[in-house]
Amino acid sequence: MCANMYEIVKAEKLTPDVTRLEIAAPHIAKKAMAGQFVMLTVDEHGERIPLTMADFSAEKGTITIVALEIGKTTKKLGTLKAGDSLFSLVGPLGMPTELKNYGTVVCVGGGIGLALMYPVVRSLKKAGNRMISIIGAKNKDLLIYEDEIEKVSDELYVCTDDGSKGHHGFVSDVLKRLVDEKRKIDEVYAVGPIIMMKVIANLTRPYNIHTVVSLNPIMVDGTGMCGSCRVIVDGKTKIGCVDGPEFDGHKVDFENLTARNRRYLAEEEISLRSFMGAK
Amino acid sequence: MAEGKKKSRIIPKKYPMPEQDPNERVKNFNEVPLGQDAETITLEAKRCLQCKESPTRKLCKDGCPVEIDIPGFIKQVQEGNFSEAMRIIRLKQNLPAVCGRVCPYENQCEGNCIVGKKNDPVGIGRIERFLADWERNEQKKGKIEAPPSTGKKVAVVGGGPAGLTVAGDLAKLGHKATVFEALQYSGGVLVYGIPEFRLPKEIVKAEVDFIRRSGVDIKNDHVVGKLETVDELLEEHDAVFIGTGAGLPNWTNLEGENLNGILSANEFLTRVNLMKAFNFPDYDTPIRVGKRVVTLGGGNVAMDCARTALRLGAEESIILYRRSDAELPARREEIHHAKEEGVRFELLAAPVKYIGDDCGNVKQIEAIRMELGEPDDSGRRRPIRIEGSNFVLDCQTVLIAIGQSPNPLVPMATPDLKTTKWGTIAVDADGRTSKKGVFAGGDISTGAATVILAMGDGKRAAKAIHKYLTEDPSWPDAETFEKASC
Repeated sequence: MCANMYEIVKAEKLTPDVTRLEIAAPHIAKKAMAGQFVMLTVDEHGERIPLTMADFSAEKGTITIVALEIGKTTKKLGTLKAGDSLFSLVGPLGMPTELKNYGTVVCVGGGIGLALMYPVVRSLKKAGNRMISIIGAKNKDLLIYEDEIEKVSDELYVCTDDGSKGHHGFVSDVLKRLVDEKRKIDEVYAVGPIIMMKVIANLTRPYNIHTVVSLNPIMVDGTGMCGSCRVIVDGKTKIGCVDGPEFDGHKVDFENLTARNRRYLAEEEISLRSFMGAK
Repeated sequence: MAEGKKKSRIIPKKYPMPEQDPNERVKNFNEVPLGQDAETITLEAKRCLQCKESPTRKLCKDGCPVEIDIPGFIKQVQEGNFSEAMRIIRLKQNLPAVCGRVCPYENQCEGNCIVGKKNDPVGIGRIERFLADWERNEQKKGKIEAPPSTGKKVAVVGGGPAGLTVAGDLAKLGHKATVFEALQYSGGVLVYGIPEFRLPKEIVKAEVDFIRRSGVDIKNDHVVGKLETVDELLEEHDAVFIGTGAGLPNWTNLEGENLNGILSANEFLTRVNLMKAFNFPDYDTPIRVGKRVVTLGGGNVAMDCARTALRLGAEESIILYRRSDAELPARREEIHHAKEEGVRFELLAAPVKYIGDDCGNVKQIEAIRMELGEPDDSGRRRPIRIEGSNFVLDCQTVLIAIGQSPNPLVPMATPDLKTTKWGTIAVDADGRTSKKGVFAGGDISTGAATVILAMGDGKRAAKAIHKYLTEDPSWPDAETFEKASC
C-alpha cells in the first residue's frame, strides 16, 4: 500500500523563492514529452499538486521540476535536499505539445513559466521551426532559464518589469512590436501567469495568429477522474489534466479560470501560515 | 446455549448490530456499525437452517457473485471454527472485510435466505464481516503459502475491486500478477470513493497487504496508457487484464456548472477520503462545504456525499432527486442511515441551473418539481417536469452524484481495443476483449455498478485467463465484438 519513493538527485535554488529539483524517475523520463506534467505529493500528509516538467532525460533517468515557493507544498519542496524522497510522483500526464513544423514560432514566457517553456522551445526547434523567444520577469535576478532558452532559440528578447535587464516592460510589448513590424509569425505559444497569457491571446486574436496557452488549473488526481481542473474552452467544459494542459488561447475563458484558481485561497493561507509557524 | 441442530424455533430477528448514535456520528468519521462479538455472531450463525441444495429454489450461495460456499462457512461458525470458516471464504473471496461491509447482501445472499421469507434473513454479511475482522486481528504477518509457479506473467491494469480480485485469484493459481495502479494507494473506489465511516481505509490497507503477501506485486503511481501502452505490457506479460473502472464523472451540463462550490462527487470524495481533507490542516488538501450542501442524485454515492457533508460541518445537507423515495437507487440501509443523520430529501425535483455571486461562487440552485409518468426503458416511472413549479434553494456547495462513465484513458491509448457506444470495453462472457491476450472486467466493461459485481467479473476473468494460459489459447474472432459493441 505504501507508495514508492522517488529520490531527489539534485536540489538547488534558482532564485531565493524558486527551487529546482532533479528527481530519479526513469520510467517517467523514458516517456515524457514537452508540455506534459507530473502530479507529486511531498509526504504522506501532502496535497497532490501538478507541476509541468522543466526537463527530462531518458539517459540519466531523471525528470526536473521547478517550483515557485508560494504555498505550503511548494515551500515544503523548497526544504528538500539531494537524497530526500518524494512520497508520490505520477506522470507523464496531459497531452504533449503538438510538435510540427509551423515555420516561425514565437514562445512567450513569464516568471516561473520560463522553466516550462524551455523544453517546448527545444522541442519545437528540433521539429524544424524558427524559434523566437520572449522571456520576462520582475527583475534580472528573477530571470530563470535565460541561457538554456537562448541556446535553443534563433532570436531572444528579454524583458523586466523594472528595466534591470533588456526591455523595460512586459513581454506583450515585444510581441506587439514584432506583430506591428509585420514579422512572419505562424504560431504563438504562451506560458506564465494567467494575466500574461490572457494579454498575449488578446493581442494575437485580431491577427488570427494561432496561440497556444499552457494552463495551471487546480487538480486533484490528474487523470481525468474528478473534474477539479475543468476549464471552459470555446464555451465547452474541458478537463485540464487530460484534454490539456495546453489549449487554444483565443477560446479559453480566462475569467472563469482565474475565479476557479482562487477557490481555496483562504485554506491555502491557513496551510501556509501553520507551516511557516511550525518552521 | 441451545443445541445448534434443533431447529425448534427460529429467532425472528437478526441479533442487533450496535451502531454509533446518529447525533454523535455526524461529528466524526468513525465507522457507523460497531461490530459484534464472537458469541453474538455464533448465535446469529445458528439462525441458519443449513438448507439442502434444491433445483427448484435459489439458496443464499446462488445469490453470491463470487460463489462463496455460504452454508459451508456458516456451519463452521455454528461449531465455533472461525479459522476453518475463513478458509472457506478465502477460497473465493479476496476482500472479505470489504464485502462484509459494502455488499448489497439484501439483494444477494440474504435476499435468497429461506429464513428471510417470514423473518429477518440470517445476517450473512455481518458474519462475513466478523470473520474477516477476526482473521485480521489473529493472523500472523508474513508470506502466505503460494502454489508452485507456472512461470506465467499477467499485467493487471487498475488496483480496484476487479483488478485486486483477478490478481488475488491468479496468485492462488500460481501465476505472477503485477497490478499497475494510478493512485498512491491501492483499492480504487474503496480508497477514493467509499467514505471512512462506511469502510475504514486501514481495513482496505490490510486487505491489500494480504493480497500482496499472497505473491501479487502492486506498482502504485503507475498510469498505464501514459507510461506503458497495453501493447508494451503484452510484450512482457502473457496476458493483460484491464479493470480501470468508471472513474469519469457525469455532469449535469446546466448553466453555471463551473461556478466555485460545484464539485463532482468524485472530486469531493477523493479530497475527503483519499487525501483526508477532513483532517485539514493536519493534511494539506482543503475542502469547504459552507452551511448548506445540495447533493444531486439518489444512489449510494449521493448518500456518501450527503453524509460526508454533515460530518464536515454543513448545517444542512439536502439530497435532490428527480424520482420518488421508492425509486432511490441507493441501498435501503444507506438511505436509512442518511435519514437518521438528518439528511433532508427533496424528492421529485430536478436541477435547472446554478446561480453565482459576483466572485464566481455558487449561491443558489434553481430546481423544478417533477411527477412520475409511464415506466421508461429501465422499468422505472419516468419523471416529468411540472412546468412553472421552479423553486430556488440557497446553498454554498453542490455535489453532482449522477453517475460515472468508464475511464477513457486506456481505451484511448489502445486504438485496436473495441469499445461500445457507452464507452465500455466490449467483452465476451469470459471477459475477453477484441485484442488477443487482453481481458477486461468490472465497471470498465459493465458500466458503473457495485464493488461485488466488479469482483464477480474479476473472478470470471481470472478463470478465463487461467484457461487461456494453461489449456486453450484460442481467441474469438472479431465479429463477436462487433456485435458486443453495437
